[in-house]
Amino acid sequence: MAAAVELASLTKRFGAFTAVDRVSLVVEEGEVFGFLGANGAGKSTTIRMICGLLAPTAGTARVLGVDVARDPEEVKRRIGYMSQRFSLYEDLPVRQNLRFFGGVYGLRGRALAEREEWAIEMAGLRGKEDVLARLLAGGWKQRLALACAILHRPRVVFLDEPTSGVDPLSRRRFWSLIDSMSAEGVTVFVTTHYLEEAEHCHRLAMIHAGRLVALGTVAEMKSVFARQAVLEVRVPRVAEALDLLAGQPFVREVSAFGTRLHVTVDDEEEGRRRVLDLLERSGDVPAHAERIVPSLEDVFIHYVEAEEARGTPEAVRQ
Amino acid sequence: MKKIAAVAVKELRQIVRDPLSLLMLLGLPAFMLVLYGFALNFDVRHVALAVQDRDHTAASRDLVSAFVNSTYFDLAATPAPGADLERLLERGRARGVLVIPEDYGRRLAAGETAPVQLLLDGADANTATTVLGYAGALVAEANTEELRRTVVRATGRDLPSPIEYRPYVWFNPELSTTQFLVPGLMGVLLMLTAVLATALSVVREKERGTMEQLRVAPLRTAELILGKTLPYLVISLAAAVIILVAARLLFAVEVKGSYLALLAATLLYLVGALGLGILISTLADSQALAFQGGLLVSLLPAVLLSGFIFQIRTMPAALQLVTHAVPARYYLVILRGVILKGTGLGPYWDQMGALALFALATLALASLRLVRHEG
Repeated sequence: MAAAVELASLTKRFGAFTAVDRVSLVVEEGEVFGFLGANGAGKSTTIRMICGLLAPTAGTARVLGVDVARDPEEVKRRIGYMSQRFSLYEDLPVRQNLRFFGGVYGLRGRALAEREEWAIEMAGLRGKEDVLARLLAGGWKQRLALACAILHRPRVVFLDEPTSGVDPLSRRRFWSLIDSMSAEGVTVFVTTHYLEEAEHCHRLAMIHAGRLVALGTVAEMKSVFARQAVLEVRVPRVAEALDLLAGQPFVREVSAFGTRLHVTVDDEEEGRRRVLDLLERSGDVPAHAERIVPSLEDVFIHYVEAEEARGTPEAVRQ
Repeated sequence: MKKIAAVAVKELRQIVRDPLSLLMLLGLPAFMLVLYGFALNFDVRHVALAVQDRDHTAASRDLVSAFVNSTYFDLAATPAPGADLERLLERGRARGVLVIPEDYGRRLAAGETAPVQLLLDGADANTATTVLGYAGALVAEANTEELRRTVVRATGRDLPSPIEYRPYVWFNPELSTTQFLVPGLMGVLLMLTAVLATALSVVREKERGTMEQLRVAPLRTAELILGKTLPYLVISLAAAVIILVAARLLFAVEVKGSYLALLAATLLYLVGALGLGILISTLADSQALAFQGGLLVSLLPAVLLSGFIFQIRTMPAALQLVTHAVPARYYLVILRGVILKGTGLGPYWDQMGALALFALATLALASLRLVRHEG
């Protein structure tokens, strides 16, 4: 069986700027696949190429075995897409939005009516059928946009930053909708820059400056720290401590998280001793250091820094 | 087909939910027709004329009454000899001054040539030209009359006029310019509303992001274009009917020809206008820009380069060439024929062909632009 999504060296250049640089990955059917990266990393550009909204400069994108460049119409029939901006007709009521998108996807009559009811139920919009989309709160708007995107029962759904600007409670509710879609066998390809959301995904891809820097399950990604320890260090003068520790050969990585530092070392006991020793000598006291379970954010920073360390000499050579 | 209906129904619902826009689309053309119809009047009548009659004889009074009785001139002032005639014109109290010298009557009676002076305000060149024509005709008539009298006195026999001039004006016997202007206005107003309405409706989808949702749906470009333009075609046709009714009630302009011919020409014209609107929407990214662009490409050519106000024949050659790309130019010719002369489409196949070509070109360009992937 063909993979839900298959990218091979997918590349998009805008003039001299490379937005997406040779991204290759495979998403299996039924997976919830998270596409992580900072704003401007190339997430939306990638998704828009897969959906046929943007022509790739090089490489191919296949959805359910169909090459998007060859047969965009066939791909469009099989996918659902929800853009960052919850593209709804704000001047039309909820039901008219559903009816329109259903009609555009070729649903009509009984089938359309059934799916409309299903969507209203799913999005929790019962009783709000005649409310203008404009007047809905963020969470409802978001669920209505999702309902419009999946009305035609697509097998693969692309969600571009679906939770931006939505309150935490609605966000949680939205992710449970994603879970239930996945349970029905729908493949969900979702981009986000909220790292805590990524924990919901079966597998993740991390993208930085257009390049794929990591790919795997959450556990696999965190395993890069398996033989290392991440220490959370609390000191009064964070900036000075960061500079001090960054220059030490025994410190693998160090990054600031607000008022704390995350310091990666090879050995927990020895690392802790040496960190505290250094800080004490510099007069930055009192200092505390304890081992923590690395978060996805630590993982993300690890990969981004590794990529930048690799990328810099190349840029200099140019 | 059903997808087109889905888009068209959605579009109609959006229009209906926005009564202000609908009112603009339907009411504005009629409103502008009234405005333009009354304001744009090129008929030159009742021109204020000052007469300085220094002669005060029966002959001079005859000449003055010939001017005033023509209804083209109103006697506005009778300045005394020695008055400042230039000031009279400068202040705008009179558009022209007729000066009859002291010995006018005597010279005529003696069979000599009597000079008469007409001072004219040439600031408004159009009116001045017309006035000159009127005055020339009136004087020529007076001359003929005088010659006849001289001949009768000398020979005792009446002399028949060698040429009897019997003008008869067809199609617009009163030579009223509103008759002529209404078809032109219809062309301008339909172009304006059709272009703006479609351009704005597509750009609105771009601005709000719904266009992206449509592009990711299995919707062909033709289906999208048809679905989006059909409602506006219907509304523009309704606007055309409103214009015709208003023209009939207010300016007594009746459609003398067949309504079917009118409908066919109008449909063809509107399809081109809607295509132009979509083309603009593919070039503009904001509603403000689309509005300005739409105004520029619809209103200006339709008013200036269509023969609506300015004769194409008298334009510089380069500009005349440009007018061939203005659909209003062709539509106007057809409308004047069908509405004023009562002809069918028969004499106007060239114009219909040009309109069809324009519609085809704009729609093709618009679909090409819509199909192209961005970036």
